[in-house]
Amino acid sequence: MDEDELPRRLAADLEAAFPGFLELEQGRVYSIALRLTGQPAEAEDLAQDTFIRAYRALSGWEPARIRELAVRPWLASIVVNLVRNRARARAARPATVSLVDELAHPRIAPAETPHGRLERRASTEEWAARLLALPERYRGPVVLRHVDGLSYDEIGLALDRPAGTVKAQVHRGIGILRTMLDAEQSGLLTQAPGQPFRTAARPLEVAR
Amino acid sequence: MSSTSSPINLADHEDSSAIELALGGLLVDAPAGLADRTLVAVGLADAYAPIETVIGRIWVAFNGLGVDALESANSPEAFEERIRAIRGRPAHRLGQLPPRLSAAIQRRLHGDRRVAIPLDLRGHSSFEQDVWMKALEIPRGEVRPYGWIAAEIGRPKAVRAVGTALGHNPVPLIVPCHRVVRTDGTIGQYSLGGPANKRTLLASEGLDPEAMEALARAGIRYIGSDTTRIYCLPTCHNAKRISQAHRVWFRSAEDGARAGYRACLSCRPAIAA
Repeated sequence: MDEDELPRRLAADLEAAFPGFLELEQGRVYSIALRLTGQPAEAEDLAQDTFIRAYRALSGWEPARIRELAVRPWLASIVVNLVRNRARARAARPATVSLVDELAHPRIAPAETPHGRLERRASTEEWAARLLALPERYRGPVVLRHVDGLSYDEIGLALDRPAGTVKAQVHRGIGILRTMLDAEQSGLLTQAPGQPFRTAARPLEVAR
Repeated sequence: MSSTSSPINLADHEDSSAIELALGGLLVDAPAGLADRTLVAVGLADAYAPIETVIGRIWVAFNGLGVDALESANSPEAFEERIRAIRGRPAHRLGQLPPRLSAAIQRRLHGDRRVAIPLDLRGHSSFEQDVWMKALEIPRGEVRPYGWIAAEIGRPKAVRAVGTALGHNPVPLIVPCHRVVRTDGTIGQYSLGGPANKRTLLASEGLDPEAMEALARAGIRYIGSDTTRIYCLPTCHNAKRISQAHRVWFRSAEDGARAGYRACLSCRPAIAA
């Protein structure tokens, strides 16, 4: 199924088109959830919830409204909101150290062999951990722009922010990532990526 | 803040585009099974597993909306084929039912009518659903005639249609259509493997199908108590409590009324003409 044809097909016969739609979009929705939360099991739940909500919404819409739908920003907005709601629900509960999370998803410690800092390769896990260390307001735009590949206009739709704001946030996020990388490589930052992290310029929020 | 301010700068080559490229590598495939589970959750696919019952292994299909099929297929493949044919959607086999659903079904099979089992009855007519919901009210160990259901749902002339709807019951055992018998008192047909299974199920609920039919052949439709002067359908739990010495038998509701008896409020026999 071609992505451009999705709205038309969904509008024509939702039940027939939805499985193909799900097949086509599940990887990116799961990737967004995974890179925003860092938790594979949670990301899977969030991706499933996203598509359940999408299906229920589409079931109630007129075909004309479905045909006008910007599918990718719309799905991105659902998953981003679900991630945010879940984080809020968690924050409302008393803070507990989740040993289960720690065991299931150990943080990546940099391999500090004598030549490690020169030879270290930017593995997927390290980049994922750096993303999680980004403040939330930059992490969403960076993930949607560079992991998912949405345009600034599409991210603006998804996050309900002006495209110019989104663009500035993405650039700022990339700047912070570059600073982290520099600090790691120069040995100034000894914590593993994903740990509380501060620069001299401005204190950063901790991911959780 | 920028890379040029680092005292030891080993990252000049790590410019923004390299970072962006690395981030692009964080796009991953969805885990296997996510799509199938999601389709089951929204009701565009089914999951299924077997349960063991007094009439043998029965396959149960369900989705996020509820249980939608119970059948006695010879193999899982045959069951999947059947679901695809009648529902037009795939069915994914599970090792076992989700524990809560399994417990709810077992409780229902053992007569607990309070346990709620969501049912997915999309695509069935409102008349069929009325018939099935009425059949749900029949207690374990009791039977009602087709005409009783027809009268109770306000369609007293639709006795034959009630029989057809019960024959199409997609969730037998949960909707206990085995507790509905012919108006003449004989056991009647059963969709889940035939009349022998219906007898087995009724016997497992403490009834004696042969005795029920013998009573029917003798023309007896109702049993009354000469102390309370109330008459019931023969399998009503109130009828079972009437001692042998105080039992009276009626061939029709009119006979009962003429004798000065009133209908039981529990089994409501009068309307089952």
